[in-house]
Formats: sequence, C-alpha cells, structure tokens
Amino acid sequence: MITVGLFIPCYVDQFFPHVGMATVRVLERHGVRVEFPEEQTCCGQPMANSGCADEARPLAEKFLRVFRGYDYVVAPSGSCVSMVRNHYDGLVGGRTGHEHLKAHTYELCEFLHDVLHVEKVEGRFPHRVGLHRSCHGLRELRLGAGSERNVPGFDKVKKLLSSLEGITLLEPSRADECCGFGGTFAVNEEAVSCMMGKDRIADHEQQGAEIIAGIDMSCLMHMDGLIRRAGKPIRVRHVAELLAGEG
Amino acid sequence: MASRDDILGAVRRAQPPATAHPGVAGLGNRFPDLPAKFAEMVAVVGGTCLRVPDLAAADRALRELPVHREAKRIASMVPGVGAATFDPVAVADPHELAGMDLCVLAAELGVAENGAVWLDVRKLPHQALFVIPEHVAVVVQASTLVHDMHQAYAAISHAPGFALFLSGPSKTADIEQALVIGAHGARSCTVLLVGA
Amino acid sequence: MGHAESAALFVRDDARAHWHDQALWFVRQKRDAGARSVPDWEALRERAEAIKAHTQSRLAEYLEEFERNATRMGAVVHWAKDGEEHNRIVHGLLQARGAKLLVKSKSMLTEECRLNPYLEARGIEVVDTDLGERIVQLNHQPPSHIVMPAIHMKREEIGVLFHGTIGTQAGLTDPKALTEAARQHLRQKFLGATAGMTGVNFAIAETGGIVVVTNEGNADMGTSLPPIHIASMGIEKVIPRAEDLGVFLRLLARSATGQPVSSYTSHFHGPRKGSELHVVVVDNGRSALLREAGFRRALACIRCGACLNTCPVYRRSGGYSYTWLIPGPIGSTLAPGRDAVAHASLPFASSLCGSCTDVCPVRIDLHHQLLAWRGEIVARGLLPAGKRWGMRLASWLLRFTWLYALAGKAARLALRVLPPAWTRALSGAWGRQRELPVVPPESFRETYRRTRGQP
Repeated sequence: MITVGLFIPCYVDQFFPHVGMATVRVLERHGVRVEFPEEQTCCGQPMANSGCADEARPLAEKFLRVFRGYDYVVAPSGSCVSMVRNHYDGLVGGRTGHEHLKAHTYELCEFLHDVLHVEKVEGRFPHRVGLHRSCHGLRELRLGAGSERNVPGFDKVKKLLSSLEGITLLEPSRADECCGFGGTFAVNEEAVSCMMGKDRIADHEQQGAEIIAGIDMSCLMHMDGLIRRAGKPIRVRHVAELLAGEG
Repeated sequence: MASRDDILGAVRRAQPPATAHPGVAGLGNRFPDLPAKFAEMVAVVGGTCLRVPDLAAADRALRELPVHREAKRIASMVPGVGAATFDPVAVADPHELAGMDLCVLAAELGVAENGAVWLDVRKLPHQALFVIPEHVAVVVQASTLVHDMHQAYAAISHAPGFALFLSGPSKTADIEQALVIGAHGARSCTVLLVGA
Repeated sequence: MGHAESAALFVRDDARAHWHDQALWFVRQKRDAGARSVPDWEALRERAEAIKAHTQSRLAEYLEEFERNATRMGAVVHWAKDGEEHNRIVHGLLQARGAKLLVKSKSMLTEECRLNPYLEARGIEVVDTDLGERIVQLNHQPPSHIVMPAIHMKREEIGVLFHGTIGTQAGLTDPKALTEAARQHLRQKFLGATAGMTGVNFAIAETGGIVVVTNEGNADMGTSLPPIHIASMGIEKVIPRAEDLGVFLRLLARSATGQPVSSYTSHFHGPRKGSELHVVVVDNGRSALLREAGFRRALACIRCGACLNTCPVYRRSGGYSYTWLIPGPIGSTLAPGRDAVAHASLPFASSLCGSCTDVCPVRIDLHHQLLAWRGEIVARGLLPAGKRWGMRLASWLLRFTWLYALAGKAARLALRVLPPAWTRALSGAWGRQRELPVVPPESFRETYRRTRGQP
C-alpha cells in the first residue's frame, strides 16, 4: 500500500479544512494510506514569490525536514507543489532528500493520473461545471497542454472530472487565462487583479456554469471573494470535493 | 575605434560558456501539392495568384486585370508580360517613378508555406521598383517553388545588393487592428504562377 | 508612480480597459492560429532558443565577423557604447551630408536612445513612417506597444488627431480612409527625404547583411530613394548564418500577428548603387546584461510582442502603465537591469501566470526572470520596508508550528467575532472588491485530529 505524506497548504489548513478532508477521502478511496505530518506549516511560496529568499529558505528547510521521509507527497494545490518542485533548488538544493522530494511531490489530480493511473473516478456530480485551469498547475506542472503550445492536447484534471457521472464540463471562451490571484499580486496590483478575476467569472457565467471548479483554492478564494461581494449565484468548488463525490 | 574595442571587450568578458550551434536540419513543412499550397497562401497574405501554363498566358491573364487595364504608367521587368509604357532603365532619378501604376517583376523562387516570393532587386535598374508602384505583378516559375523558408534559404545566395521576400501587398493594421491593404507600398500583388 | 498605481488609473475606465484587452486578445488568437499552422512549432522554438544561446556564447566573434563582411559588402559599421554616442554618430552622418529630412521606419532602439528629440533639437525633421509610429509621433507619445505602437488609441481619436495635424476632414474615422490619408501624407515625406533610417531585425555575421521586416513597406520606401541609409542595431541582433533566418522568420510574424511571414522581409547587403549604408552597432547596457547569468536570456528577444499580447496584466493596464519604453513581460525583465530603482515595480506587475514564457518564440523564461528580478529588488533593498517586514514576520511565525497554529486560530476567531465593517477595513486592498473567505470554526489540522486521531 502506498503511503503519502499529505501536504495541506497553510491557507487551506486555516480557511478551507473541508478541501483538505476531501483530499484525504479521495486518496483513501483510491487505496492510499494518508499521513498528515502535523509539523508542517507553509512551503514558503508567499515569501519566494515576493523575492524574499531569505525568508522563504527556513520554511523550505522545515518542509524538507517534515516531508523527506515519505515516498510521495501529495497536495490539493498546483501552485504549492510547483513551489516545491520548481523553486526549491535555490533554497534547499543539494540537501539530503531534496532530489527525492522534488521528484515525488504531486498535485492531487496529477498523483491520481500519473502514479495511480486512475482512469475513472467513481461518483456523481450532476452539475454544470466550468473548469478553471490554475496557471501554475497548467504551465509549471503541465497538467494540461495549455492554449499557447502546439502540442497534442491533454488535460489530466479534465480527464478525471469528466469521468464523474452526470457532470457537464463547460469550457470558458479563454481556456486558460489567469484569474489574477497571483499571490501578493492580488493586493499589490489590486485593480488589475480584480478585473482579471471578474473577467474570468463572467466568462464562466456566459458558458452557463453553476460552479467554477479548480485545483487551487487560492484562485478560487479570489474569485469567490469577488462573486460574493457582487452577490452572484455562481459558486466555486475545489476539484477534490468533486472527486470525493460531494455533490 | 575606442568604442568598438570597449564594446567587444565587454562582450567578450560577459559571454557565457560556449554552446553548440544546433543547425537547422530536420525542420520544415512539406505539402502534398506545392503549387496549390503556394496559391492558397498568396491569397491568405492578401495577394491574388493566377496559375497559367506559360508566359504568353501570363501576359494575357495580366492584361485582363483592372490593375493593368486601368494603368497608365507600366514597367515590365519580364519580357513579354504586360504592356510596358516606359523603360525604367531610362529613368535617371528613382523619384520620377512615383505615380507609376504597375510594375511586372520576376521572382527567383516562391515559398509555399507563406506565399512569399524572393525578388532579386540587384537585377532591377532601381531598387524602388518593387515598392513605389501602385500595384505589382510577380511572375513565378512553378519549377522554382519550395516548401518552406528553410528550403528557400538553402536556395538563395547573398551577393552585394538588395533582395527581399515579398509576401502579398503592403498592409497595416495599426488602427484598431483593422486590416488595410496598401499602406506605403503596392496596393495589390498579383502573382502569376507559370507552368503549373 | 509605480505600475500598480498607473494600472489602477487605466482600469478605472472599465469599458476602455476591456476594449484594450479584447483588441490584444484578438492578436493573441491570431498568433495561436499561426502557431498551430506549423507542425514543428515547438521544435522551431527550441532551435531558435539554442541558436540564440550559441550566438550569445560567441557574440564578440560574430560581431567582428559581421563587421568584416558588412564592410566587404560596402557598408560602414559604427560602434556606439550608449544612446548618446549613437545619436552623435547619426547626427554627424546627417549633418555632413546636409540632410534635413529623415524618414525612419520602426526601431525600438532609436526610441530607447531618444534619437528623435536629439535630432529635432539640431534642426533635423524626423518622420516616423510606420503608420502606428507616425500616429503616436503626431500625438507626442511614445509607442504603447512594440509592434502596434498606437494600439491604445481608438479610431475616433486618430481621426481627430489626423484632422488637426495632417488635415483630414473632420469626423473621418474609417481606418481605410485614415490609412489612405497617411499614405498620401507620408508619400510626400518619402519623396522629399534626404536620409532614410531603419532598425535591424537580424544582422547576419556570415554574409554581412542586415534584415529588416515590415508589413507596410515603409523601410523599403525609406531606403530606396534617399542617398543614405542608416541602420541602428543592438549588439544582440546578430545571428551566425543566413540559414538561421529560416528558423527566426518562421516564428517572428506568426508570433507577432499570426501572419505566415511579414509582407516585406528585406535583405540589405551593402548600399544601393550610388548610395551609402551605415550600420550603427549599439551596446547601451546590453553587454552588462549579457554578464548576468540569470538574466541574459532576455537578450534573445526578437521583439515580436507576443508576450505583451498574451499578458493579462498588459492587456488590462496598457503600455503606458509600465515605467519603461518596452512594456509587458519582456520590458519588465529588461528594465530593472538598466535601472532597478526606477523600475522596481515592474517585476511585480505580473501574476506570474507563465503565459508569456509559453508564447515566447525564443523560449525566454520570462515569468521566471520576473521572479528572479523580484529577488534582486529585495536583495538591493528596494522592496518597500512594510512588505519586507511583513514577510520577515510571517516567515518567523511559520517556523514554529505551534505559533502558526495559534496565530491561525486567533485570526480566525477575530474574523468571526469582529463586526463585518471592521474585518472589511482590516482586509485592506483585498477587501476593496472582494469578500474574505468564510471562516471555519476549525482548521484542517484540528478537524483531522478530531476525526482521525493520531496515527
């Protein structure tokens, strides 16, 4: 039986515990033993993305210490996984366990698709769902082909979601434009960030989506904040919730 | 030359470790019907491609077009194609070419992937002849067609002088992305594809 | 004013910001279609990247080879360390020949060197001949985009501008008619010009030729009539061989506008008969950038503008929200290398979505470069102190799991019990247009421990 170290990003831990629990259920349903090492806090991405390597480094060191004993590390976030996979070289490169951690830290859908080779997820989700492709999952983890590149089309998240019974997946007219969250960008560049988010929401609304689903709560939190302020009926859900069969 | 040596010295000190030139082999596009693809792409870039069996047919086809029928000052760099009204060799100052209506030009080769033709302007009495006329017509031999730009560069040489790839008429989209044909150069580009 | 403040002003006109976004998204879509029409697109990008990397590794040699061959072809090669020297050389050439009217085709380098005001102050009329550049020149503005200089202007505004400057009839707004008016206006300038100037898209070391690409034919008009052609190029424009052009030209126009190739791809090998060709090779900070292992890849840029068109921030903030002449992702990676203090906000003018990296025809890792520049900005002490201390505090707190858990609990409690007006005020820039998340009573770790217990 595969054991994974569950990595729950700090803001998911504090604000979206149900997404963490859904992640546990999805993994367990697919025969995985889940361990949540309670020592964990944050991968250091907010600091690293602000250019504060000195502030990010101790957190990367802590992360490595906490997770290096696991065969696999899985998180319900493309962005935080990309931090560990693509941006730890300059922080903890060369340390014991870094290479293994880098190669074995997975975003949830990616883990189901690439490691467990899940073809079909049992469950029902009879809703009209707009798929939000979070940038780091798409362009840094390559969970999908991406609209920019001329490569054969694939989309690991969509493939898993589309196997749910009753689901209607809707494509926004701009397949993978950024929602404008961008970490500290969301407050540093508040005006542009919110315009980007509103544009994404409007695109999904135009397709008739009831729900915007994505792999990163950060993007969804940003769009949800805009949606609730505007009093719109559309809702956001993390992909883990859908895959856990929480219709 | 102090600046030259300073710049080259600074560049030399700044250069990264050597990496190899990857070459250009193994790239490119192949089309099953070369003349058809070329004609299609000439249209895509805003030109008109007429496929004719020989130069006599090219001449007949050109003379029927409004760009020729309505032209008053015509020069032809292709003997037998178009009814030339003057010989640009006799024009001393290229400024006098302003206002000419049509110039018939011969292309060295045509490129199927983008509808471009290679014009060797070194053979012309004036460099301006491809850009100053209101309209241009270009004669391309089907036997000279290549698939893509890699094949094109393999076929052309670079002696002193001016040459260019011309792809369709002059155009701009600088005002609200609205495509307008005829910015500064020719307002139309008729390509006479001979022998296909 | 940093990018965020200028961008906020641009966004305030919501309809216009959306119009700008849509105009550029349209170009992005044309680019996508162009890229998809080429089966070996990704291989081409890799090859272009490798050719540029190779060229950088032997740049001095290729520049010397170019100089040798260009001279052999009859051109005169000049070297300028900076914009000032570049301008001095150009002015000297014009002055010696008594040239009073210079027609110039698009060159971001001459913008960078601020050539126009330099020459105008010395009595030489400079006419930008690219339609978009002529528009912004008449409007006394720099280009807002490196390929479509007047993309920020509406046709009605151009109509008013042309009415006031080149005498078109009032109320003329049809792009076709406005373009025709510009054609007639500029045709007179071309015919009266005593010198022509162009930028350089590629300089071929092997042959000594320069290649200039336009759609309008303005570079060709501007160099076919006057007795002197001056071409300005940055040192990074040199490529080793003519055959390399096959790679770059298949990428350039498709990336820029979606066209399979530009209308005019002009190859100058030496001067036209009876005329002169002068090539000014400019450093102006480029060799310094080449020294930076982490940032030199930005020198591979072929100025297609694709990263601007795809950038969701550029599209919604406009070219003038950037503090440098070249806007968008590529500008934001180049600018801080020139002046990190003046352009400290630019690396942060990105959500790091990575779309720029994936459209770049020469595969510059633009969003990683922006991230790396953020590190430089912090290392040089240019991040506002408040933000830096915020990160220090957060980092310190997150080192101690118990403290993190406690602080999280306290924050959640506060958000639940404080009046909504308070929390909204506390949420700052986040809360201006967004609600905070609905705060759960328990964190994940609490729920997990309660329901699963310790293993």
